[in-house]
Amino acid sequence: MSYKKIPLNQLPMGIKASVVSLNANGPARRRMLDLGVIGGTEIEPLYKSPSGNPVAYRIRGAVIALRSDVSGRILVTA
Amino acid sequence: METGSCNCVNPPRFYPKIYFYGGKNVGLTGESTGAGVLCSCCGVLQIDRITADDKVVALAGNPNVGKSTVFNSLTGMNQHTGNWPGKTVANAQGRYRHRDTNFVLVDIPGTYSLMANSEEEEIARDFICFGNPDAVVVVADATCLERNLNLVLQTMEISKRVVLCVNLLDEAKKKKIRIDLNALSEKLGIPVVGTSARSGKGLNRLMDAVTDLTREQSETSPMAVTYGEEIEQAISILEPALENTLGGRLNSRWVALKLLDGDESLLRSMRDYLGENVLSDEAVSDRLKEAKEFLEQAGITNDSFRDRVVTRIVELCETLGRETIVYEKKEYAERDRKIDHILTSKATGIPIMILMLLGIFWITIAGANVPSDLIADGLFWVQDRLTEFFVWISAPAWVTGLLVDGVYRTLAWVVSVMLPPMAIFFPLFTLLEDLGYLPRVAFNLDNFFRKAGAHGKQSLSMCMGFGCNACGVIGCRIIDSPRERLIAILTNNFVPCNGRFPTLIAVITMFFAAAVAGPFQSAVSAATLTAVIVFGVFMTMLISKLLSRTILKGIPSSFNLELPPYRRPQIGKVIVRSIFDRTLFVLRRAVVVAAPAGLVIWLLANIHVGGASLLAQCAGFLDPFARLLGMDGYILMAFILGFPANEIVVPIIIMSYMAVGALTDYQSLAQLHTLFVAHGWTWLTAVCVMLFSLLHWPCGTTVLTIQKETQSKKWTALGFAIPTVAGIVVCFLVANIARLLGLA
Repeated sequence: MSYKKIPLNQLPMGIKASVVSLNANGPARRRMLDLGVIGGTEIEPLYKSPSGNPVAYRIRGAVIALRSDVSGRILVTA
Repeated sequence: METGSCNCVNPPRFYPKIYFYGGKNVGLTGESTGAGVLCSCCGVLQIDRITADDKVVALAGNPNVGKSTVFNSLTGMNQHTGNWPGKTVANAQGRYRHRDTNFVLVDIPGTYSLMANSEEEEIARDFICFGNPDAVVVVADATCLERNLNLVLQTMEISKRVVLCVNLLDEAKKKKIRIDLNALSEKLGIPVVGTSARSGKGLNRLMDAVTDLTREQSETSPMAVTYGEEIEQAISILEPALENTLGGRLNSRWVALKLLDGDESLLRSMRDYLGENVLSDEAVSDRLKEAKEFLEQAGITNDSFRDRVVTRIVELCETLGRETIVYEKKEYAERDRKIDHILTSKATGIPIMILMLLGIFWITIAGANVPSDLIADGLFWVQDRLTEFFVWISAPAWVTGLLVDGVYRTLAWVVSVMLPPMAIFFPLFTLLEDLGYLPRVAFNLDNFFRKAGAHGKQSLSMCMGFGCNACGVIGCRIIDSPRERLIAILTNNFVPCNGRFPTLIAVITMFFAAAVAGPFQSAVSAATLTAVIVFGVFMTMLISKLLSRTILKGIPSSFNLELPPYRRPQIGKVIVRSIFDRTLFVLRRAVVVAAPAGLVIWLLANIHVGGASLLAQCAGFLDPFARLLGMDGYILMAFILGFPANEIVVPIIIMSYMAVGALTDYQSLAQLHTLFVAHGWTWLTAVCVMLFSLLHWPCGTTVLTIQKETQSKKWTALGFAIPTVAGIVVCFLVANIARLLGLA
């Protein structure tokens, strides 16, 4: 069990992690909040698109695809 | 699509009015749904209350929770449904009657929140806020209710007359999710009704709940969301002043919260709808300043204010979810995940997509042959009888020519060639759409769009373009970022619409399928058509990239794309519905566009000035240029005359050839092939016609729609010029390279 903070886009597929902080401001941050991504939210990377970006994540029971520029700003800990 | 005239002259203040973008179904299969009038001058729709007692009900909800299905079931209307988020980007309204009361139901765009982060959210919020609905029904997805509760809580902050409709209960049951609706209703303090709208279950109870809520003028006492000491304190500083100014027109607590949040768009909307700026009231602006200073001292900045508000709501949803929802099976989406792995993996994702397209085209082309011939036989039999009739009543030759050879024949062509493929293609496409495949297409293609500096949801607006480019252009509203939305609008025309598909199919069948024998013909046609479409997609990406490197510079905006659970399509319903829709669509186009066009073309072809027909003279003038593009003057003329509607391009070509040629009748594509070859068509002509059909100016309706959507002559002109220039360049290159190489 490590407590290291990593960006969500570096989390391996199928590993559940919980959100530590959002490294974004303004509209980008609001969009994350809309999805219910707040501190403590559990997120699991499910699968990659053919090119590896975007990646589909399970967030609060829904499957949401995020481009890596967005997921890179969500810091998580596994 | 047509536009109605504007009949909303100076809508009175406080009268329910909402932004209304089109009342059009922007999906693939349907064409019109809204009972409203498209208004280009002020962007406002008035609700058509027949009597003063009519109740207005707003239908809100997250994207893709079956809102449109609820809407259709209640109103008996045919708002487009499909399994992907964002299909309803326009408010549609319909009516229903329940227990002796008339209801006007307004379907507002699906949103995750009402915080006005996007245009859709603004539209939704404005209607709930300023449309004075007698009730707001929030439709929620039972399979992920917790997240949906977010919107429910936000709606409850604005309105006291909210009904929660927990839809898709049947799906939740399959996934072993149990929801205690009574407990939820008690906790939220609003009526909660469970439904399975697709099978109509629970809708009666929903209507009962809405009726009760609106009839007794009763208000619920919804659970209040509180935001912690500091924020509550700030609200209490500001709220009394606001209450004075607003005088009960809006919920003052909620407005206070939004003002503290610094929500500019709400201020704008209040100015538009209430006709006043609350901040011009000194008491309000002073109090706001005071409250903000208070927050600052408490260490709460703008961003952290929003964070606290959202976090509080999300936490509340979590608590509510924990208390009322039981997941009996942990990994309930296992099957969907397996399907997604196949449909989106590196090795199989894109090949399967292309195979799927190929398969659909193959079924379309193979299936359309027989009905096409049958319809053609029937319609041309009628033509002969018509001619006999005109001879019998001794009508002058020009009357027969005008009505039979001009109007009727063009109409017959459009119906027999357009109808069968479209009646097959659209149900198939709709099945894929219902299944939930389109968001996966967007997922697969996103990387290309990102590299082109465009938005991933552009795939979805392109899919809409298959039905009608005007619909596709409106559909670009699902893209929030103005820059990326413009890119999507300007390139939508690279997807062949309804009117161009059959042209492509006809040319392919005549010139390419004939090269092979028997059963493989349809397969070759399908492969050729797929290649044309893929080329169109390639051009879309190329031009998008060029645009985002030049006049629309910028970095791609962040966005998120929801991949909804797969749903079993309602096969029977989809097929019947979309065949019916398409048939009506094509028939209406035939009457509205093809018939008058036939008349004009016949006149052009038969009025002779200086020894040659007007058509021949124009064609002669265009001929040298058209030859450079691998076509001839008549073809280019046909594309120009086809500006009102692409459907009539091929009939114009036929009519002009027949007016100057020896052939007097045609009944099959084989005969047409002979006619075309007699006029010098080669495989290269066919290729250039297909390319030019794919890449040329948008039809009249689409141009008008671009103007309406962009509100700019410059972008409209570019929307016209970009595909045109692309078509000229591509055809010129293809024609001349082929000639240089001695291939044609």
